[in-house]
Amino acid sequence: MKKLLSLLLMAALPALAQVTVGEPWVRATVAAQKATGAFMTLTSTQTSKLVGASSPAAGAVEVHEMKMDNDMMRMRQVQSLDLPAGQAVKLAPGGYHLMLMGLKQPLKEGDKVPLTLEFEDAQKVRSKVVVDAPVKPLNAAAH
Amino acid sequence: MQRRTFISSLAAVPVPFLAGTAHAAGFTAIDITGANIGPDYQLFYTNGKPASLRDFRGKLVMLFFGFTQCPDVCPTALARAAEIKRLLGADGDKLQVVFVTVDPERDTAPLLTEYMRAFDPTFVAVRGNLEQTAKAAKDFKIFYRKVPSGSSYTMDHTALTYVFDTNGKIRLAMKHAQTAQECAADLRLLLNPKKETNFLKGLFQ
Repeated sequence: MKKLLSLLLMAALPALAQVTVGEPWVRATVAAQKATGAFMTLTSTQTSKLVGASSPAAGAVEVHEMKMDNDMMRMRQVQSLDLPAGQAVKLAPGGYHLMLMGLKQPLKEGDKVPLTLEFEDAQKVRSKVVVDAPVKPLNAAAH
Repeated sequence: MQRRTFISSLAAVPVPFLAGTAHAAGFTAIDITGANIGPDYQLFYTNGKPASLRDFRGKLVMLFFGFTQCPDVCPTALARAAEIKRLLGADGDKLQVVFVTVDPERDTAPLLTEYMRAFDPTFVAVRGNLEQTAKAAKDFKIFYRKVPSGSSYTMDHTALTYVFDTNGKIRLAMKHAQTAQECAADLRLLLNPKKETNFLKGLFQ
């Protein structure tokens, strides 16, 4: 009976937002460099938001926004990043990125960095997506 | 408040020059010829030797302030500088790129050496102690400050690239959004100035 009830409940709930992570990459570092950026394109089937991220390669991962203000570069942590339904949201140089801080070791071109991304949909249901982001050279261009 | 002061002083200087020459000379960058910037820093190369802009007389110098823990603007600006050098072809060796760290606490000499090498072996980084760094930034009208982020910090900083001509005179401020092609064209113009008088003569004949 209980099982049936929970099944019914699940059926009544809207489908979980599915988030696709496109072309993730992380910028390589040199020795003693403790932080770098991760970039990707996020597309959610339903309205959702990126609320957090983590990686075994870093002590902490934050969502940051870079803004140019009168030729001043400003970087700020944002609590969440909105993902409108069906719309590709780019995390790319010149805008949003994941900031990997407290790197445990230098990241070399060709390495893969596991990233766990946490999303929250409109019903406040959280889900996680794990991706392996390849490391691109330090001098990788913006596009 | 401090920031406003720097920006407004930077913005105020080039205006008369902008009106006069920027358009005629055809630079994409902001023409700041004659601006009260620098003229030099009292900083050090990563090998500990004193650094001076005079070391590059005879070359064009692209000067940029940044920090290596920067995930976005700084590597993009340095990658652009490497591309500019490539676009200049044979004239590429007439360009010197200088990176001044605004984060000398984390940007140690060995880290800076390796960081520059990742972009171009000829790029140099210069650093000083906190006081020397603050002085250099002030003289070059660069604003920067630490911003706490989680358990660490990031830096806000002016993201303009300054260009000095082969005589060591300040000439241009390149915005971050300016493409490598546009920057390379500006540098070519500095190396081979157009003969404006001939052009004007032709126009009025």
